[in-house]
Amino acid sequence: MRSGVIAKKLGMTRLFLEDGRQVPVTVLHLDNLQVVAQRTAERDGYSAVQLGAGTAKAKRVSAPMRGHFAAANVAPKRKMAEFRVSADNLIGVGEEITADHYFAGQFVDIAGTSIGKGFQGAMKRHNFGGLRASHGVSVSHRSHGSTGQCQDPGKVFKGKKMAGHMGAARVTTQNLQVVRTDADRGLIMVKGAVPGSKGGWVTIKDAVKKPVPDNVILPAALRSAAEEAKRAAEAAAAAAAAEEEAARQAALAEEQAAIEAAEAEAAAAPKGDAAPEGGETNES
Amino acid sequence: MNLIEQLEAEQIAELGKAIPDFRAGDTIRVGYKVTEGTRTRVQAYEGICISRKGGSTLAASFTVRKISFGEGVERMFPLYSTNIDSIEVVRRGRVRRAKLYYLRDRRGKSARIAENVHYKPLSDTKA
Repeated sequence: MRSGVIAKKLGMTRLFLEDGRQVPVTVLHLDNLQVVAQRTAERDGYSAVQLGAGTAKAKRVSAPMRGHFAAANVAPKRKMAEFRVSADNLIGVGEEITADHYFAGQFVDIAGTSIGKGFQGAMKRHNFGGLRASHGVSVSHRSHGSTGQCQDPGKVFKGKKMAGHMGAARVTTQNLQVVRTDADRGLIMVKGAVPGSKGGWVTIKDAVKKPVPDNVILPAALRSAAEEAKRAAEAAAAAAAAEEEAARQAALAEEQAAIEAAEAEAAAAPKGDAAPEGGETNES
Repeated sequence: MNLIEQLEAEQIAELGKAIPDFRAGDTIRVGYKVTEGTRTRVQAYEGICISRKGGSTLAASFTVRKISFGEGVERMFPLYSTNIDSIEVVRRGRVRRAKLYYLRDRRGKSARIAENVHYKPLSDTKA
């Protein structure tokens, strides 16, 4: 089991694909997502990583939390969350996770806090049908009906669906498909809607109801690893360029030597029959 | 500009569609890509544009109405759809409404739209 990520919901848009389809997508942003702490089986009894995202003003962060961030040597974070991981997928403190953590086509579960609706009636909150429009119904067209039986049991059962506070609850949407990722800007585009309002924080995890794909990056797609790979690629490119340059130099030197040799030969045997001919071909 | 607007602007630039200047009341011909099995062809749909929605944003759309075999047919197209091959303005109409939904209740002579003979092309070609 590998770590999930914390993301900020930026809003929704659509993508027009080459084959004529248009896909509604939610754009999620990974904002300075770093590992702040680790939980290990020896010390805490379970293994997990604590991630932080966003940036908080240091003066608005409580002193104990400032100490916590200082210990991890990361800037104060706006949002924190813990993700259970297997012991071999623990990530070092201070590592930054990039949007390459997920790949296009992968299924994920996204959890967030749904938009609050306030106190709502039974029709909106539980999809009740309400009462009739006529036939003697007065005033209570949108009310719920009976809430129970009679003197026996003589009470309303606990958990009865009634009017009350709706929304602003933790909601998980399962099996959303990742359509596109952009590691440079830290964007993940997911097909369909994600719980919560724009600017709200959500957590993304690999889908629990799908098999884990083989090509997921373990333990996570890290900025340091990406930079390492980039450096290696640059070094390889530089080495290749240097080699090519050296080969070119060698070829040039050889050519020069050949020309010089031909010239010398031509100078040494100016009266020879075959020599000028050979010199010409060499020079050309 | 927030990031969503920026992404949409980038996508519009990437799609690089040449959209002519047209408005409600104009008669337009839309070349729409139809896939039958494996082969794709372009089908022309000609009629009066009765509404344009969403300005020139990525989510913009327009509705085209025509009378097909005596039956009114309306079709809505997303402006930036990759299924649209071409949009061609056949005739400029002179109308005093942005949405011509009143045409739905009319037939024949009363559903005609006068031609706009004073049409001035926009200085910049982009609609």
